[in-house]
Amino acid sequence: MTNLNYTFTNKTKNITFGLMAIGLITIIAGFFADTAPEGVNAEDYHHTRVWANLLVNSYFFMGIGLLATFFMALQYVAEVAWSVAVKRVYEAVSCYLPVGAIIMFLLLLAGQLHLHSLYQWMDAETLNPNSPKFDEGIVNKHAYFATWFFWLRTCLYLSIWSWFQYGFRKRSIEEDLQNGTSIHFKNMGKGAMFLVFFAVTSSTSAWDWMMSLDVHWFSTMYGWYAFAGMWISAMVTIILFVLFLKRKGYLPEVNDSHIHDLGKWVFAVSFLWSYLYFCQFMLIWYTNIPEEIIYFQDRLHNYGYMALMWTVFFMNFLFPMILLMSRDAKRNYYFLTTVGCIIFIGHWLDVFMMVMPGTVHGNWHLSWIEIGTALGFLGLLLFVIHRALTKAPLMIKSHPYLDESVHHHF
Amino acid sequence: MSKVVIHAIYDDEEPLLESAKQLRSQGFNIKDVFSPFPIHGIDGVIGVPRTRLAICAFLYGITGTSLATLMMWYMMVHDWPTNIGGKPSFAYYMNVPAFIPISFESTVLCAAHGMAITFFLRSWLIPGAKAKNPDPRTTDDKFMMVIETEEGSKSNIESILKNGGASEVHYK
Repeated sequence: MTNLNYTFTNKTKNITFGLMAIGLITIIAGFFADTAPEGVNAEDYHHTRVWANLLVNSYFFMGIGLLATFFMALQYVAEVAWSVAVKRVYEAVSCYLPVGAIIMFLLLLAGQLHLHSLYQWMDAETLNPNSPKFDEGIVNKHAYFATWFFWLRTCLYLSIWSWFQYGFRKRSIEEDLQNGTSIHFKNMGKGAMFLVFFAVTSSTSAWDWMMSLDVHWFSTMYGWYAFAGMWISAMVTIILFVLFLKRKGYLPEVNDSHIHDLGKWVFAVSFLWSYLYFCQFMLIWYTNIPEEIIYFQDRLHNYGYMALMWTVFFMNFLFPMILLMSRDAKRNYYFLTTVGCIIFIGHWLDVFMMVMPGTVHGNWHLSWIEIGTALGFLGLLLFVIHRALTKAPLMIKSHPYLDESVHHHF
Repeated sequence: MSKVVIHAIYDDEEPLLESAKQLRSQGFNIKDVFSPFPIHGIDGVIGVPRTRLAICAFLYGITGTSLATLMMWYMMVHDWPTNIGGKPSFAYYMNVPAFIPISFESTVLCAAHGMAITFFLRSWLIPGAKAKNPDPRTTDDKFMMVIETEEGSKSNIESILKNGGASEVHYK
């Protein structure tokens, strides 16, 4: 048993601080550099490009923490043995959830205070029949988007998710100090509760925060599609952290079989995402109803996103499928790291595609504001995860399946 | 010199694997192992080459995709152009999203069936085939290693087997 405690080296710490600084400077500079595009009145323009970027990153990175929490609950409920050896890693990734939830909350609050106009339905003028902004479609959806109801939902999702995450983490550290299975069974019960709550809220939160950007459009597949996208991002983050720690000489108990199993998860969830993504597209394409097809018209033909749309499809479906199909690929660290980074960027672009056509429409860019903001959030994510890794020994000491996991081999 | 077949019976898989490793390191070949359950990693230990079934599966899958594509192109585009959701169907690619589920299903169907049938034929597990298991106890709680060797190395092998924990050694 060597090196149970992770040291957050100053070099790594400086890199994360550097990334966060880049992000902060980009966001501030973005507010000055971003001006109203042609045809939009400068007084009505609330720096939508910068805010839309903040939404992309808040949602994408919060999703990583959230789905790591989901994965943790899933492992408890299914009583999975092999993953116990990497439990501390996905636990650390889940620690980003409370941070991400606060950022998401602040971003939505800024919308409610009319600092940005990402959500058309947050503007009360759309309900006023005498206003030029009046919109009957939004009036019809007002029961769901009523201010009190929206905020009740948002607060419930964010606080209950974070509360579950906090509980899992706390009990996991307590479990190290005692023997017996009482904490394990408590985690199982809590995990089951979380999964039931999450089954509903994963979809509704995606409707509330992402689908409502295209407020006139709806799709029943959307919640699952968003969920699968967040899940694969979380799996990729977990596997990249396991590989990073292995390369630094930590986690001696984690062998090729564990890595292979994580690789299988990445492969399988990539397919889940592709399946949901394609199902949503095919049904809408097939029926060709104007109020539905507008979503893909905006993403393919209207605003020049076509190339990006195809890139997302290739990066998130074909690359993982071809590159991760063989057994040897899932056991090769360098290969997995490369594919992991491709998928990570691919799913960031996927969230970009969810947000941008409904908010900035044709005024989209993929330049320094977008990349700088993403790097800033990445720095924050890395900082929070690294810090969480130092807070507890990398290998747990007491778990009913610990022994089985250490001998995992196939 | 005449050939001799040795049947070594073990009560557990661990000593069997140990003996197999010793035999292999001294250059003897193991013909087969009979076991009541699959033993992880035994292929490498007894020198079974890696299966080529995956390559077959890939070829069957490709066949399935091609057949489905040919069928749909002929039926929906070439022989009787069909109006799919009001879209032009002068070429296959124009309607490709509608064809993807069928291509996928056909790929899976052909790959799965082809692979299963190949496996059964290759290992001759067809209806009416005679059981090749030399000792029925290996379907219950015993493990058996079959070694085919020259008469001269018999005693050497037997001592390795006995030291390794074999409970019975028979010659056929």
